Amino acid sequence: MKQSKAKTAALYGLLIALSFTLSYLEHLLPLPVGIPGVKLGLANLVVVTALYLLGAKKAFPVAVVRILLAGLAFGNAFSLLYSLAGGMLSFFVMLLCRRTKLSPVGVSVAGGVSHNVGQIAVAAAVMRTARIVYYLPVLLGAGLGTGLLIGLIAAPVIRRLKKGNINLHIL
Amino acid sequence: MKKADWILIGSILFVAGVLAAFLYFVPKNGSAVTVEINGKTVDRLPLSEDTTKAYADENGGTNLLVIENGKARITEANCPDKICVHHRAISRSGESIICLPHKLVVTVINEKETDGVDARAG
Ligand SMILES: [Zn+2]
Repeated sequence: MKQSKAKTAALYGLLIALSFTLSYLEHLLPLPVGIPGVKLGLANLVVVTALYLLGAKKAFPVAVVRILLAGLAFGNAFSLLYSLAGGMLSFFVMLLCRRTKLSPVGVSVAGGVSHNVGQIAVAAAVMRTARIVYYLPVLLGAGLGTGLLIGLIAAPVIRRLKKGNINLHIL
Repeated sequence: MKKADWILIGSILFVAGVLAAFLYFVPKNGSAVTVEINGKTVDRLPLSEDTTKAYADENGGTNLLVIENGKARITEANCPDKICVHHRAISRSGESIICLPHKLVVTVINEKETDGVDARAG
């Protein structure tokens, strides 16, 4: 049975609001790498959860809308570009990784690392210099840390919501 | 967590570690800095001489580069974020200061090698 449009809208609203809050938090905690606009990727928590509970088709708009909103609210053209590159690469890498033997923790780690790789690739293109590679080890480490943290938080959330009677997947 | 997760984490740590070793620990103090604006090298200055030099991009963006005691830093800039000004002084081969709004990159090179990062990548 299909659920009401109102319920769908409420769920999207909830997820986007949560990721928006996390975007604000990461805006307050810039990565000390000397590349303006590069972010930690905390909002990936919501994307990972949505990916497992709602599936790719429904998680995708959450990821995109979150980035656009946060970009308009806290960022500038550059940081929006980074976030889009990082967010989209991370989304598709997680999508692929979900089909492997990785648990949600591993998928989240892959997402965190690719988020930063996407950002650095755009920075290199904008600056027309490969020298930005200098920051890659720091960004790989940071992506691993954030991804691990997010995965460890998201995994039990996913497990419980799936077991419980909150049938998000039938939306 | 599954075995596959640990393998993934191990591989990422390994790649980051190897890259870090080459980029951060192998490099010695550089001998000069190059200044690139919008992808073009516009200047090359030795770190051994104390210098102060201003650079301007085509849109009126300016950065003041100061070389002092073998280290280079940006002391003044009219960019909105001032990240380049707050960046610590650089002196090790491959280190750089980036001013994104002005598309300016100051990179330490070692003139005995052909070029900082690029030389080691091969
Ligand atoms: Zn600047």
